[in-house]
Amino acid sequence: MKGFGIHIEGLRKRYGEGDTAVDALKNVNMTVAPGEVVGLIGPSGSGKSTLLKCLGAVIEPTAGRMTLGDEVIFEDSWKIPDLRALRRDRIGFVFQAPYLIPFLDVTDNVALLPMLAGKPNGEARKRANELLDALDVGHRAKANPSQLSGGEQQRVAIARALANQPPVILADEPTAPLDSERALSVVRILNDMAQQFRTAIIVVTHDEKIIPTFKRIYHIRDGKTFEEQGLGAA
Amino acid sequence: MISLAGRDILHSWPKFVLTGIGLGLLIGVTLSMAGIYRGMVDDAKALLNNSGADIWVVQQETQGPYAESSSLRDDVYRALLALPGVSRAANVTYLTMQVRLDNTDVRAMVVGFEPGQPGEPSYLIAGRHITRSHYEAVADVKTGFQLGDTIRIRRHDYRVVGLTRRMVSSGGDPMVFIPLKDAQEAQFLKDNDAILNERARTTANPSLNRPGVPGLLDAILAAQNANHNVNAVLVQIAPGIESEQVASEIRRWKHLQAFTRAQMEEILVSKLIATSAKQIGMFLVILAIVSAAIVAFIIYTMTLGKIREIAVLKLIGTRNRTIAGMILQQAMGLGLIGFMVGKTAATLWAPFFPKFVLLEPGDAVRGFIVVMLICALSSTLAIRVALRVDPATAIGG
Repeated sequence: MKGFGIHIEGLRKRYGEGDTAVDALKNVNMTVAPGEVVGLIGPSGSGKSTLLKCLGAVIEPTAGRMTLGDEVIFEDSWKIPDLRALRRDRIGFVFQAPYLIPFLDVTDNVALLPMLAGKPNGEARKRANELLDALDVGHRAKANPSQLSGGEQQRVAIARALANQPPVILADEPTAPLDSERALSVVRILNDMAQQFRTAIIVVTHDEKIIPTFKRIYHIRDGKTFEEQGLGAA
Repeated sequence: MISLAGRDILHSWPKFVLTGIGLGLLIGVTLSMAGIYRGMVDDAKALLNNSGADIWVVQQETQGPYAESSSLRDDVYRALLALPGVSRAANVTYLTMQVRLDNTDVRAMVVGFEPGQPGEPSYLIAGRHITRSHYEAVADVKTGFQLGDTIRIRRHDYRVVGLTRRMVSSGGDPMVFIPLKDAQEAQFLKDNDAILNERARTTANPSLNRPGVPGLLDAILAAQNANHNVNAVLVQIAPGIESEQVASEIRRWKHLQAFTRAQMEEILVSKLIATSAKQIGMFLVILAIVSAAIVAFIIYTMTLGKIREIAVLKLIGTRNRTIAGMILQQAMGLGLIGFMVGKTAATLWAPFFPKFVLLEPGDAVRGFIVVMLICALSSTLAIRVALRVDPATAIGG
């Protein structure tokens, strides 16, 4: 993949109008290279979720520019007509809770995305099983999500996020429900996957256990981002 | 692409099956109601078929003998036989009453007929036809009478010598066939006390008991006690003759009412059971609304329970039509389970109804289509909720 994983310049988001308008994002700048994992931390109400929703093409920013790979996807308005397809094919999501589909087995939870993208079932399942093996949960491929431990579920969620080989993954508090050992394991996996698949990963977190593992960290405060070197770079 | 609805149903099949059974019992009741209506129509047609008549001749300005009471002199049939195109004509009486067997009684329609003439039961499933002029009976099996049973009609006992099947009144009461003379007596003859009282009144009337007119009182008393009335004359017409043509001749020249088969069917189906049909129709409408409300509520609550999953599905790029299709298919699946349970239940319990329940395949097909339509319509509420789910709700904050 050429260029940036994701690049954001002067991103703004305003809710409401007139006297009741609130600027949730005032001037967000961020660059995450392919294969890089960065942390995004900030207090409650700082704009983390709004930024994640803008990056995830779930809400429309008010102004700014976002580039995914080599393509400008937003410049004061969306440049991509089908945001659903954008989210499906080019953005991976990992949530605080795994939110696996309870009525699909592990393989199909992962294979669902390639299937939605139009891949034949066999090919989608093959891809899913490769990812599950890479994340060391291949032996649970036929299990239901409810039969997995919390750590296993989160690894399946990461496999799902990687299923369509997106250039960027947005991880929203992915280690929150896990103990230290499992949380660090998830971060290790994210780093490995970022390297292996040349994916840019943004991890929104409050988790003190994993913050030291990031090489670069973006702080967000009052709708603005500040970059700092992380301890993981040492 | 995998079937999300199918997987969800397989994943939580006990919930779907139990809900489907509940819905199915309701559908079973609905199908049974339709079957009861069909049974009433079939009973009415069976009554017409079994009478073996082409034309029913009844008292003028009545719609007898089934929908209204009708009384004719029993020699009318002779005049009818003389009409061109009439091949056979026979008197019949119909009287719905309680027929006693030992200490129990059965509601039945007692039919008086002349053996070998129209009105006779067309076939027997056991025993023989009536051969004696008095005190023998042929009964429909639904009366519960057995061959050799002695049943009581008014003041006389009758021996059951034959059994028949599907011989019922338009109201579904099984028929008991007895000789015409006995039936006339049962219907028109007064009890002994009433006869004595009537004789005393007549004798005490100076205008009817004149000293200078010998034999007048005896003649009047004899006329009072005679039974020369029947309810209808059943007419069979010769091959190749239009029944309406003969019926119009009877109306014109005999001053009687005559109904063709089509007209009698119209009276029975459109008039006699019209109120019952409307009643059943109302029940069907209410049951359809209740079924729709139940399906809508179940699918709605099931969808509310999956809001987070739906948000995730939308966030990861699932099309709205895939999500709508999932909910629609689940509603249809529920309807399918419900219909199968309902059809099975209706078939199993239909024989236990006291009246005939006719479950027609056509009604089952129409019922299935209606159930599927109701399920599809009922799912729209849940689909609206699902499509309004904001994918952003999958992301915290």
